[in-house]
Amino acid sequence: MTDLTALTLKDARDKLKTREIKATELARAYLDAMARHRDWNAYVTETPDLAMAMAEASDKRLDDGEGGPMEGLPIGMKDLFCTAGTRTTAGSHILKGFEPPYESTVSGKLWAAGAVCLGKTNMDEFAMGSSNITSHHGPVASPWTKAADNKPLVPGGSSGGSATAVSGRLCVAATGTDTGGSIRQPAAFTGICGIKPTYGRCSRFGIVAFASSLDQAGAMARTVEDCAIMLESMAGFDPKDTTSADLAVPNWTAACARPVKGLKIGIPKEYRVEGMDPEIDAMWQRGIDWLRDQGCEIVDVSLPHTKYALPTYYIVAPAEASSNLARYDGMRYGLRVPGRNLTETYEKTRGQGFGAEVQRRVLIGTYVLSAGYYDAYYVKAQKVRRLISDDFLQAFEGVDLILTPTAPSAAFREGDKMDDPVAMYLNDVFTVPSSLAGLPAMSVPGGLNAEGLPLGLHLIGKPWDEATVLAGGAAIERAAGFDVAPYGLEKVA
Amino acid sequence: MSLDEATVARIARLARIEVEEARLPGLARELSNILGWVEQLGEVNTDQVEPLRAVMPIPSRRRDDVVTDGDRRDDVLRNAPEAHDGCYVVPKVVE
Repeated sequence: MTDLTALTLKDARDKLKTREIKATELARAYLDAMARHRDWNAYVTETPDLAMAMAEASDKRLDDGEGGPMEGLPIGMKDLFCTAGTRTTAGSHILKGFEPPYESTVSGKLWAAGAVCLGKTNMDEFAMGSSNITSHHGPVASPWTKAADNKPLVPGGSSGGSATAVSGRLCVAATGTDTGGSIRQPAAFTGICGIKPTYGRCSRFGIVAFASSLDQAGAMARTVEDCAIMLESMAGFDPKDTTSADLAVPNWTAACARPVKGLKIGIPKEYRVEGMDPEIDAMWQRGIDWLRDQGCEIVDVSLPHTKYALPTYYIVAPAEASSNLARYDGMRYGLRVPGRNLTETYEKTRGQGFGAEVQRRVLIGTYVLSAGYYDAYYVKAQKVRRLISDDFLQAFEGVDLILTPTAPSAAFREGDKMDDPVAMYLNDVFTVPSSLAGLPAMSVPGGLNAEGLPLGLHLIGKPWDEATVLAGGAAIERAAGFDVAPYGLEKVA
Repeated sequence: MSLDEATVARIARLARIEVEEARLPGLARELSNILGWVEQLGEVNTDQVEPLRAVMPIPSRRRDDVVTDGDRRDDVLRNAPEAHDGCYVVPKVVE
C-alpha cells in the first residue's frame, strides 16, 4: 500500500468518504512522519492527542455519512493563529507559554469543517522574515537540498514551518499568513502551491497582528485544487473583523477546472529586474508559453511604480507593527522580565522578549511615526501605496491575470543574506506590490533549476477574483507536470 | 537620513525596548541603511495623491452597543505572569 502521506488532500478526502481509509490511520501516518523529521523543526508544538481525538470524531461522522468539506484531513496550523488551549507564540519569546482562551476565526472554521489539528507550525518571529531564521524556536530546514550536496536550505518565510510540513509530507495542507509574500515565497522555495486571497476574504480575528492593513490568511498545499478546497473552508464574512468582506465564498474548487482559453495574461515589464537570474527568467518564459499554448493571449503591461513597492512596504509594515506590538508589555500574558520600576520592566521584557529583526522593525516603525517624521515617511508611503495600487487597477482594465516569477532566486542557505537586512528584504520584490494593493495572488511550482531546486510562478488577480487566479494556477500546474518530491519521498500518487 | 547613536537610544526609549550601549553603533548603521534605502520614495511626485489607508473599499460597519462576550476573568487571568485574588499583579505604578 502506498504511503498515506503521499495522497493529495482531494484524494485523501475521497478515500475517507468511501471509507477506504480511516481518519485515524491518516492522522497516525502524519504523526509518525512528524516524529521522524523533527530535525526539520517544522512544528513548534505537536498536538498528537488532540489529533487522534479529532480524527476519531471524524471517523464517527464519516461512518454516519456526515462530515464537513475538510472532514478527517490532518493539517498544520501556523503558530500565528490563536488556538484555544493550545500554546500560541507567533515564533516569539515574548509570548512564552501563552495559551489563548479563544480561537481564531479561520482556525475555528477549519475545525468546524472537520480538519484535524496536527500541531502549530514554526514561523519567523511575528511573521517578520523571508527565511524562517528569526523564529525564537530555531530555524526550519527545507526538505529540499541541492542535487550536488545535502546542506540545509531555508524553506523561505515567514510561513516556513508550514511550507516544510506540506512539502515534506508532515501534513496534507497547512495554513499560512501573508503580509508581503509570506505564503507565496516559501511555497515557491519548497515546490508547493500557496494562495493569498484578496485582503478581507479571510477574517483576521485571532491572528496575531503584524501589519493590519496587509495581513491575510491563506492556504498552502501540494496542488492548486487542494488550496482551493482548503481556502473555501477558511474564507467568509466575520463581524469580529471590521475589514472582513461581506461576500459569499465562491466555488473555488470548480474554478480550478475552468478553461483558460481567451484569458488575457499581463506581463509587467518592470518585473524584468536588472541582473535577474537567467534561470528565473527562463522559467517565467516557460510559464508564458504554457498559458499561450492553452489559448491565453499574452499582453505586455506596465506597472510603473513597481520599484517603489519595497521601500513603501518597509515603512508601512514596520509602522503598523510598532503600533500592534505595543501591547506586549509583560503585564497580562507572556514573558515578564522584572526591572527596578514599571518602565524598566517594560524595557527589559521587550528587550529580551523580541528578537533582533522584530526590534529593528519596531524601532524603524517608531521612528517613522514619531513627531516630525510622520508626514515625511508614513503619509508619503501611504501616497505611494495608492499609486502602486492604481497601477494594478489600470493594468487590470486590459488583462485578467498578471504572471511573474514568485521570488528572484531559489532557496538559499541559512546564514546567507544575513549581514544586510535590505538584501533579505529583496526576496519579496515580486510579492510585495500585490500585497500593497490587497490583490489575490498565488505561487505554483514552475519546475526545478539546474541545482535541482524548485522555482515558483506567481499569478496576480483582480480584487475578489481568486477564481481566475486558481484557474490560471491549475493551467500552469497541468502544463508544468511538476511531480517531483524532495529527496527520499515518493512521487505524488 | 542617517541616525546617530543618541537618536537610536531615544527611539528605543520611545519603543520601550532596552538596548545595551554596545549594540547602538550596529543598530544605528542598520537603521540608517534601511532609512537611506526607503528615501528613494522622495523621487515620486505625490502632490495630488490621497494616502491609501484602506486597501479594499469595505464600508465601516456599526453594531449594537451590547455586550458580546465577557465574564471570563479566570480564563483571561490564566495567562498572567502573576495574578492574585482575581487580579493582575503589576509593578508599582505610583511611587
